Amino acid sequence: MTSRRVVVTGLGTVNPLGPDVESFWGAALAGRSGVGQITAFDASGMRATIAAEVPDFDPEQYIERKEARRLDRYDQFFWAATHQALEDSGIAYEEDDPAALRAGVVVGSGIGGMISFQEGIDTMRRRGPDRVSPLAITQIISNMAAGLVSIRYHLYGPNTCTVTACAASANAIGDAAEIIKRGAADVMVAGGGEAPVCEFAVAGFSQARAISTRNDDPAHASRPFDLDRDGFVMGEGAATLILEEREHALARGAKIYAEVAGYGMSADGYHITLPRPGGGGAARAMQNALDDAGLQAGDVDYINAHGTSTQANDSTETAAIKTVFGDAAYSTPVSSTKSMTGHLLGGAGALESLVCILAIRDGIVPPTINYETPDPACDLDYVPNEARAVAVRNAMTNSFGFGGHNVSLIFKAHE
Amino acid sequence: MERPEVEAKMTDLLVDELGIDRGKITMGARFEEDLEVDSLGVVELLMALEDTFGVAIPDEEAEAIGTVGQAVEVVLQKLEG
Repeated sequence: MTSRRVVVTGLGTVNPLGPDVESFWGAALAGRSGVGQITAFDASGMRATIAAEVPDFDPEQYIERKEARRLDRYDQFFWAATHQALEDSGIAYEEDDPAALRAGVVVGSGIGGMISFQEGIDTMRRRGPDRVSPLAITQIISNMAAGLVSIRYHLYGPNTCTVTACAASANAIGDAAEIIKRGAADVMVAGGGEAPVCEFAVAGFSQARAISTRNDDPAHASRPFDLDRDGFVMGEGAATLILEEREHALARGAKIYAEVAGYGMSADGYHITLPRPGGGGAARAMQNALDDAGLQAGDVDYINAHGTSTQANDSTETAAIKTVFGDAAYSTPVSSTKSMTGHLLGGAGALESLVCILAIRDGIVPPTINYETPDPACDLDYVPNEARAVAVRNAMTNSFGFGGHNVSLIFKAHE
Repeated sequence: MERPEVEAKMTDLLVDELGIDRGKITMGARFEEDLEVDSLGVVELLMALEDTFGVAIPDEEAEAIGTVGQAVEVVLQKLEG
């Protein structure tokens, strides 16, 4: 058997910058911020009162009302993104379609149904155990989003979930590609999401001193690589990619966006939240992805950074890029989508993969916004504040999660 | 509470709490077959009945409820009892 290659044939997203792929992409290229005061609850008592929320999301655009009310917001986001992506790919299975046995799902989420978790515990404490919803568990568990879309869209192949904090949906895409490569499926729905904007999660991340408290200036709070950065901004939403075995896609005349060329992983093995100083763990993930793709560092035309806007991440990631790329580090554009969308936690890797793929498609890379004051520890080309035309053949995206999970993915122009 | 009021409240509750289409709700409608209420939905329904009518329905009695009309009967009995 010749080696199986994996291509991307469909995209979908719901995120703070837009309710679909093209409106998101337009806003990202325009350098818009999706950050504002939290509207989901009264955040006035919080250290951080800001987040990047999905405005006016209506799940009933995608999900029957009776079903939608039973789901956590996280599930609704992933369902919506997956609906768009399947439609974009032209893939649809009837209930008894034998091809559906070769189609699966990998979803990634850092936390799963956090809002439902908070509400369920609140109900139990206030009203007693007999008032806890029978749907509490199915709303909370992170894997349910994969189960739900398999039920709705008749996807009967491998069905699983990655839970590696902020690297979760990057793992989902990498793992899904490997499932196709080893022949266990021909089509995989891969992506992830997060809906963490609730008191408990905001309080928890605040107490970990991980999020920005630039409450009086939300649009400028997420400022990756800038000297005055003070933490990430929580975001919400989801993104889905349809991955497909190349011959399968060619045979049905599918539109092919890009190829999934490389998947690299490593563990920092150092600390629960802090990256290993010097970025050795992150560098190994990037190198592993390059090796998997059979590429040299100089072949990479664009790096979509993890770029969270925390003190520790941005300088460490910069060091890691320099370790792997050497002199080429200075001539490769690096940008952070999180400067605009906030940090979608478990959904970030999928959304940022989508950015790499659109950069390949359109020959333009979105900026890092709010980049004003250079930090001597962050001295690369971060595509400050304005999108830039760049012919992108190979794009890398990095995702690093609490616990020391490091993931790099490489997407390549299809030929 | 009289029967018409219980029936009206029951209908509202099925629409508001379980997301069922109002047009599908008749006293003869079967929860499982006609209204597609699954086992989790049945528990939601019992909780909603208890909250709305202030009655407690033990699981044994709940198992005998198959239609909207039967749920109304049970509620009426509890209210009288």
